[in-house]
Amino acid sequence: MSAITSEQVAHLAMLAHIEMTEEELASMAAELDVIVDSVKSVSDAVSADIPATSHPIPLQNVFREDVVGETLTAEEALSGAPDAEDGKFKVPAILDED
Amino acid sequence: MTDDILSFEEAMEKYDPVLGFEVHVELNTATKMFDAAPNAFGDEANTNITPVSLGLPGVLPVVNGKAVESAIKLGLALGCDIAPVSHFARKNYFYPDTPKNFQTSQFDEPIAENGSIDIELEDGTVFTIDIERAHMEEDAGKLTHKGGAAGRIQGADFSLVDYNRSGVPLIEIVTRPIVGAGERSPELARAYVAAIREIVKNLGISDARMERGNVRCDANVSLMPKGTTEFGTRSETKNVNSLRSVERAVRYEIQRHAAVLDAGEKVVQETRHWHEDTRSTTSGRPKSDADDYRYFPEPDLVPVVTDAEWIERLRAELPEPPAERRRRLKADWGFSDEEFRDVVNAGAMDVIEETIAAGAPAAVARKWWMGEIARIAKEREVELTDTGATAQTVLELNKLIEAKKINDKIARQVLGFVIDGEGEPAEIVEKRGLAVVSDDGALTTAIDEALAAMPDVADKIRAGKVQAAGAIVGQVMKATRGQADAGRVRELILEKLGVEG
Amino acid sequence: MNNMLTLTAAEIAEKLTAGELTSVEVTQAFIDRIIATDGEALDADNRAAGKNGVNAYLHLNAEEALAVAKSVDEDRAAGKELPALAGVPIAVKDLIVTKGQPTTAASRMLEGWMSPYDGTVTQKVREARMPMLGKTNLDEFAMGSTTEHSAFGVTRNPWSLDRTPGGSSGGTLAALAAFQAPLALGTDTGGSVRQPAAFTGTVGMKPTYGSISRYGVIAMASSLDQVGPCARTVLDTALLHEVIAGHDPKDSTSLQTPVGSFADAARAGAAEGGLQGLRVGVIKELSGEGFQPGVLARFNESLELLKSAGAEIVEVSLPSVKEAIGAYYLIMSSEVSSNLAKYDGVRFGLRKLPEEGNVTIERVMGASRAAGFGAEAKRRIILGTYALSAGYYDAYYGSAQKVRTLIQRDYAKAFEVADVLVSPTAPTTAYKLGEKTKGDPMAMYMGDIATVPTNLAGVPSISLPGGLADEDGLPVGIQFTAPAHEDERLYRAGAGLEALLTEKWGGPLHQQMPDLETLIRDFNFEGAK
Repeated sequence: MSAITSEQVAHLAMLAHIEMTEEELASMAAELDVIVDSVKSVSDAVSADIPATSHPIPLQNVFREDVVGETLTAEEALSGAPDAEDGKFKVPAILDED
Repeated sequence: MTDDILSFEEAMEKYDPVLGFEVHVELNTATKMFDAAPNAFGDEANTNITPVSLGLPGVLPVVNGKAVESAIKLGLALGCDIAPVSHFARKNYFYPDTPKNFQTSQFDEPIAENGSIDIELEDGTVFTIDIERAHMEEDAGKLTHKGGAAGRIQGADFSLVDYNRSGVPLIEIVTRPIVGAGERSPELARAYVAAIREIVKNLGISDARMERGNVRCDANVSLMPKGTTEFGTRSETKNVNSLRSVERAVRYEIQRHAAVLDAGEKVVQETRHWHEDTRSTTSGRPKSDADDYRYFPEPDLVPVVTDAEWIERLRAELPEPPAERRRRLKADWGFSDEEFRDVVNAGAMDVIEETIAAGAPAAVARKWWMGEIARIAKEREVELTDTGATAQTVLELNKLIEAKKINDKIARQVLGFVIDGEGEPAEIVEKRGLAVVSDDGALTTAIDEALAAMPDVADKIRAGKVQAAGAIVGQVMKATRGQADAGRVRELILEKLGVEG
Repeated sequence: MNNMLTLTAAEIAEKLTAGELTSVEVTQAFIDRIIATDGEALDADNRAAGKNGVNAYLHLNAEEALAVAKSVDEDRAAGKELPALAGVPIAVKDLIVTKGQPTTAASRMLEGWMSPYDGTVTQKVREARMPMLGKTNLDEFAMGSTTEHSAFGVTRNPWSLDRTPGGSSGGTLAALAAFQAPLALGTDTGGSVRQPAAFTGTVGMKPTYGSISRYGVIAMASSLDQVGPCARTVLDTALLHEVIAGHDPKDSTSLQTPVGSFADAARAGAAEGGLQGLRVGVIKELSGEGFQPGVLARFNESLELLKSAGAEIVEVSLPSVKEAIGAYYLIMSSEVSSNLAKYDGVRFGLRKLPEEGNVTIERVMGASRAAGFGAEAKRRIILGTYALSAGYYDAYYGSAQKVRTLIQRDYAKAFEVADVLVSPTAPTTAYKLGEKTKGDPMAMYMGDIATVPTNLAGVPSISLPGGLADEDGLPVGIQFTAPAHEDERLYRAGAGLEALLTEKWGGPLHQQMPDLETLIRDFNFEGAK
């Protein structure tokens, strides 16, 4: 019995924008369950007073001068575009309407 | 589908509105927030971009130091605490105008927190608005919707994306809930956004042009039945992008919420879109668990750490706050409350200050900018400073009047010629021969003729009815086509008739 | 096999300088070797013959490499001053963007994509005038430990073609082991150069986090990723490290510290008495239970050699490493889920339309990502999405970041008594193809136990060949780890041990390697049955 359900994975897949079939959702739920089971001990290993480390080597205040640098041409920018029109990237309709 | 609304008056009888604002300010830095692409408006699509602003594989962000200083200055101007340590975070969501499909923003450690500003309404009532936070983030690209009606997203077949705006530095200012504004709520909404616009403009950190989207407002509205204190469900009206729209949108949402509650229904927590054409909002997307942004610390950026020295240096660079400046100018100029408010509302404060600085007396500066120049500006539907009149124009006109070269009436004509581009006032007076007739000889002839033409009036004056002299003065002014100094004419008349003035 | 191929990069550089070789000759020799032994996808005749090889390369850049070689030869003939490694060819992991060559990250998502810009390390390689031979295979977006997760076919281990070379930089290290390049660039997020180096009998270095620019390196997990110089010897690795290191204003996490003298450190370590007095800490948790006997035997043999050379062996403990795999998979997958969001079929890469229903951008993104990503990529994206989602963040991502702090503290404590730490690089020798890709996904992840702690802590770590395991005759890796910014120590210790082992073996380990062309012939004959 998997603690992580297909429905949960479907929600995650929706957040991550990856279409999945029912079979994929089911097998992903089972795999995720195994993984989560193996990694969940991290929360028992730590206490509230331990600070989190988000960057392995601490640095601070790394800034750039406000000076314009080299830019891409529109042609370079669009060179990898799956679809383009009028110098812009072309995408299908945003709203799902009938 | 149109929503039912209650009249504003009825809504106010039954409910207390609670407001909240998220105002996004685009900074006027030379480059973007996280890369060296130009921050420029209106250029050819997809040219103001680097691999970073396009989010190509392998790219990394680097923070624009000037944008951080702008954010700190704004925080200080809003009376906020500046965070000793502030982090960037990723806000994860997919949308085609967002190249990385996450927005680099700030989450639990914003650069500025806990401020407040006083907002003065037109009648002088002051509301204090608490600022929860101001944080740094980046703008998205621009979508153009095609194939549908009027460029709307609804009904569009496809959309085109221009990433020139993607990565432009933004500061988002979030208020705490604003309670107690009552029927003044729509007005307060407008005044708040106007105040933010004025502050960022005064700081020089934004062009603050709302029509270009430099200042954009999301307005949250909810209602509480009178006598209760628990906040209702709110709606968030997005991107209300003019002061007038902010006021109208808040008013509309109050009326709409009131109608929903009156009908015994529940307000849906959702985003709303404001339509200036119909002056109403329509439903956007309901809030859902899809709004799980999965914020986490941006691993590609390091923290911003501030110290007292840095903050104080920036504080010393701050210009005088607009509200304080207004108080100071009002006192300096000696205007009444009403006079000063008119000046502010007419947008004449800066130019009057400039005129006074150039050497004109305060009353004179006000007289011209609020009088004849304002009249012409209104007639031509332009801003005061776009009329072509300048502080120097007013100063020169006043000098000519004081030197009795011209009178008020002629001065107004001269102003008209200045505005028509004929040159400077003195030059125009000379060229057009408008100088006051001060030759007593010429005036005496004109007075003699007038007295001869109106003997009964002359008799009345001789009999001591000094005020009757006005008729003779008028006749003389007519004869000299207005170019005489009316005061001098009067003196000469009384002298001639041997009457004390 | 052409004698040029077995030269070290240092030797090639010397011979180029001395005029004994030209860069064109050397570059051509490696191109010929690649065509002869790589098999798939490169040479039309080999493909037509259905021939299978190592498949280390995804793209062969012969024309440009030869042009660079030619210009170096010309400049040398004209007496111009040249960088130290000018004319020495190099292979580049296909996770690093290169203008003028495709960059795929071994993903369908980026098939055919050409970067309009160069990465910083790519630029440095160009400035160093090194001919780029081509782009090497990897697990898709560097996610995997076997290179079997490439969308463009598996890479085989040149020691045994039915084995994986490890991963994710499997193509990079296999190319070195197969003498298809003298130098190569990999990337290391949780052991991605060190584990394949161990599996292929080569050298892989994971520098201090931030010491090599990540600009132009396709991000997997930003707080863990680091470019890794790779070669067949420690000195060659050090020479390459010097070429690519240094501060980069385009990478906010790039260190300001000056580049170390890595080659000098390697030479000093290999010299007589180079290890004298070096305090070597044996990591208790990473040198016993769960490790293959043949791996431990070679490891203990190295310890004896170190001791005999005057090193002081001490035992240290990293108690929090038992949580390292968990913390690593949570942090890595969280960052992956966000870093890989940009692959959506809008600006570049694969776009796939949904097979039925309305064509909306949401559905096109969903279909493109479903078609473009392989199973392991999807698994990690979903895991990361889970770890960051509302209600789970604190327990998973938040706790993992705290474990990171604990691991850093463990290292700090260990480095109070030791100059460098040592362990086997991996618990086993190279996996059989298919062994780790079926069933329990944790089986593959656990193989990274010895390498992931250093990425979590940001400290530098190197793997070098420690000999062959008795039970399977496959290479074993020895891993040294140093405190942050002390990469030089690894070159000293690594080159010192390498010299001792080479002496013991009577020559470099690769002399014990089976002849690759024979292996390929036999393998294809077997395969045909």
